[in-house]
Amino acid sequence: MRTRLLGIGGVLAVIGAAFFGLFVVPADLNQGDAQRIMYVHVASAWIAYMSFGVTALAGIAYLWLRDLRLDAVALAGAEVGVLFTAFTIWGGMMWGRPVWGVYWQWEDPRLTTTALLLALYLGYLLLRRLSEDPARRATRAAIVGLIAAVDIPIVHFSVIWWRGLHQGPTIGSPDKLLHPSAPLQFVAALLLMLGAFTLVWGYLMIRRYQLARIEWQIEEHGRVGRISAARRASLAAHTAPAGTSQAAPVQESTP
Amino acid sequence: MSQLARHATVALAIARKDALAELRGRHASGSTLFFAALVLLLFGFALGPDSRRLTDAAPGLLWLAIVFGGLLTVARLHQLEAEDGAFEQLALYPVDRRALFAGKALAASVAMLVLGGVLLPVVAILYALPIAAAWLALAVTVVLGAIGFAAVGTAYAALTVRMRAREVMLPLLMLPIVAPLLLAAVKATTAALTGDPFGELGSWLQLLAGFDVVMLVVGAGTYGFLLEE
Repeated sequence: MRTRLLGIGGVLAVIGAAFFGLFVVPADLNQGDAQRIMYVHVASAWIAYMSFGVTALAGIAYLWLRDLRLDAVALAGAEVGVLFTAFTIWGGMMWGRPVWGVYWQWEDPRLTTTALLLALYLGYLLLRRLSEDPARRATRAAIVGLIAAVDIPIVHFSVIWWRGLHQGPTIGSPDKLLHPSAPLQFVAALLLMLGAFTLVWGYLMIRRYQLARIEWQIEEHGRVGRISAARRASLAAHTAPAGTSQAAPVQESTP
Repeated sequence: MSQLARHATVALAIARKDALAELRGRHASGSTLFFAALVLLLFGFALGPDSRRLTDAAPGLLWLAIVFGGLLTVARLHQLEAEDGAFEQLALYPVDRRALFAGKALAASVAMLVLGGVLLPVVAILYALPIAAAWLALAVTVVLGAIGFAAVGTAYAALTVRMRAREVMLPLLMLPIVAPLLLAAVKATTAALTGDPFGELGSWLQLLAGFDVVMLVVGAGTYGFLLEE
């Protein structure tokens, strides 16, 4: 019930933040209305990074503690992260078309590296799908998640050195926070959207985690069921009277 | 200190074993080299006969060929282990897993170096590149690129060797990871060949070296988990 409230709250917050960003904040002088995409675009990029951070940390913790619940957290982070990364790229392309004139700008390093990020974690999800054993899957996924996470800063360095035309990050350096070049309204719209997205993120993470746990229980149940069926069959073979034991147990154990 | 020496002995023994297996089963490594050279030839057909454009694109084509050939190389080094259950034997050796990783990564690095050493003259001949003038910078670039690719490749080949669809999964997982390596190696090669007009060669080589260190550390740290599974 609390999770459902979180989800409803998240959706309402996104609607509110969208209303603020669309109708309350004035349009940007240079970029016009297209700049409003940035509130969604930047917020979802941050959320995506946060999700992948959760995946990496949960993976390391899994390698340490061998608790499959941590693996479920890692899975939730990767899947939700892929969703927000795809959303980030989509928003970026929608913004790039009117402002740059093209959907895809090869000279923009951050666009290309975000595409790389998407590829990294799509590979992560595919890898999970191709491993059946839960413990083995969790180990492999944890290592892939860890290597992907340490790769991201290296990608970031190559971004800085690759001369592109993407705008530098606005928020993050203390000097810019104290003397913002963007009007406070713009910053407020971005932070509102970030807060709203965080609520939705929390809801999605919890639901995906619960779903992973249920999937795992079904897998486990199936395995236990198969084992106990085989056990019953062999017990029947041993306890049945000598004359009748030939035909019946063989039939039982075949499915 | 003596422990470090012991680890080095283990690593060298593993690398020596892989090298011997490669040399005695000659067919596989030779065909990988041939495949990579063939890729370079086909790039020539794909990009047309304009020799100016080919020369401009050559550093990128060289590194793509190294990456494609490298995928086959690192996969083979672990498939040799997986056959006949040798991987389990490897896991049972009473030695540090990081030394095992170092040995496998060393063998892969040497194989990658051979690949790069063969492809550089090929690309120089096919695309008219003046490699002799910049041989030192090119050699450093190839060595750093080979180590980085081998580090990632050793970890991922061990990870995928017992999987279904490993032929697809290894490139699918590895290619996005080595993208910064590809970018830095191509930039460094271009800078070396053009006489480094912007003074950026050092930065790209540093990036390559950083990539190598990070991936070696992560690979060494996680290799034990891969052997245990």
